[in-house]
Amino acid sequence: MDTKRYELNVQLAQMLKGGVIMDVTNVDQAKIAEEAGAVAVMALERVPADIRKDGGVARMSDPSMIAAIKKSVTIPVMAKARIGHFVEAQILEALRIDYIDESEVLTPADEECHIDKTKFSIPFVCGARNLGEALRRIAEGAAMIRTKGEAGTGNVVEAVRHMRTMNREIRQLAQMPVEEVTGFAKNNGLPYELALKVKELGRLPVVNFAAGGIATPADAALMMQLGCDGVFVGSGIFKSADPALRARAIVKATAYFNDPQKVLEASMNLGEAMPGLEISQIPPEQILAGRGW
Amino acid sequence: MSLRLVGNKHSVIGVLDLQGGVHEHLEHLERLGVAYKRVKQADDFTDLAGLIIPGGESSCLSRLLNIFEIKNVLLEAHRRGMKIWGTCAGAILLAMNVVDEAPCLGLINITIERNGFGSQLDSFVSEALIPAVSPESIPLTFIRAPKIIDAGADVNVLLKIDDYIAAAENESILVTVFHPELTGCLALHRYFALKCGLKLADDSRNYIDPLWKISSWTKYAGIA
Repeated sequence: MDTKRYELNVQLAQMLKGGVIMDVTNVDQAKIAEEAGAVAVMALERVPADIRKDGGVARMSDPSMIAAIKKSVTIPVMAKARIGHFVEAQILEALRIDYIDESEVLTPADEECHIDKTKFSIPFVCGARNLGEALRRIAEGAAMIRTKGEAGTGNVVEAVRHMRTMNREIRQLAQMPVEEVTGFAKNNGLPYELALKVKELGRLPVVNFAAGGIATPADAALMMQLGCDGVFVGSGIFKSADPALRARAIVKATAYFNDPQKVLEASMNLGEAMPGLEISQIPPEQILAGRGW
Repeated sequence: MSLRLVGNKHSVIGVLDLQGGVHEHLEHLERLGVAYKRVKQADDFTDLAGLIIPGGESSCLSRLLNIFEIKNVLLEAHRRGMKIWGTCAGAILLAMNVVDEAPCLGLINITIERNGFGSQLDSFVSEALIPAVSPESIPLTFIRAPKIIDAGADVNVLLKIDDYIAAAENESILVTVFHPELTGCLALHRYFALKCGLKLADDSRNYIDPLWKISSWTKYAGIA
């Protein structure tokens, strides 16, 4: 990927700022998401809550299903490849979707290497729990970052933890004298040049969305107030009682995240949210955020 | 640098702050030295000489305009003289005709096709000379851009490329399907500020600012 192509990919993510990206599993859901004001859809066969329930190996979705969704909407279409599975990524690039999510929600294909994203023209978004993880993915060519959170739980606590961790590390970096950056980069696994960049900018050099556990308009507004640039909602919409209503409400609350009156309006009469999972009740081997490094 | 016009009535340019490339436009207006603000609530429209509707997703923006009744406030401000510039998704919202869709604001007699080039893999950069806007050729960034495929007799075409129109205007509306705010080009922002009746010093940096960087927008989108 040349520099210009990479910049265009970062800039597409910039155009998604302040928006909501929704997981959809079929054409009908994609249309509901677009109609509700989603800025993009993530096409996948099973939402994370079902992947969690079903167990087994979760892979890239059937390309014909992704193609059908791509045909049915005009907003950008994203799809997930397994961590390290560069052939799934090649297939998704050949399918000419708009963005690939190299995602811990799917079962990793490689426990040592993430995809060398610089080899692709298509943009990638990757999950991160902290600044080091975010910058390692950017060094590999990711054009957008999202918190990992804990997908499929309807529990926002991990997304909050990851966002706060990133913000804390960015603030530390921004304030330290430059001679301390080398040690900080070494101890936290930060690529040095990117660490200097973050220090200069006081934030990530690419768009950073929140993901993993967002289930209500208040969750979305919380993540926005914590400084993320937009939100992914996975199981939170189509596992709730009234997906269309909830989708619209989360779009409203994300746009007006710092206006409690409007978030209040958005929160009324939505019906049941998706069932939530307490993180401590999840067996350690089923924690998705631990996949990738 | 040009004169800052803070305080004068109707001398502010607003950027519609619902979704999309808001920070990038704020950054360019700051560079140009005009008074600017984010526009999100009905009250925000009162002192605007002009409004920029940024790139983003037009389906999201049109829904948000409708649900919080910003649309009528915006149209009322336009009737009393506020100029509007739409980039990319903003151009779609301003068009009178949108292929296969209902128009949103319908303020300029053009026909526009959403996502006219294909997927993100078809996004591209190029450059062109727009004599009315800048004496030199300017960089153009197209991201999942729409195509203006037709314009009425009352529309002044500013830039035509191959089979589509990339920039056009009428008396009160400016549309570009590309993104000057994603380049160091200030020429369109300058052109729009003049269209809004603002006065600017003639400074060469008001066409292309060599100090602009790809990450310049981040200054306006800090962490919490």
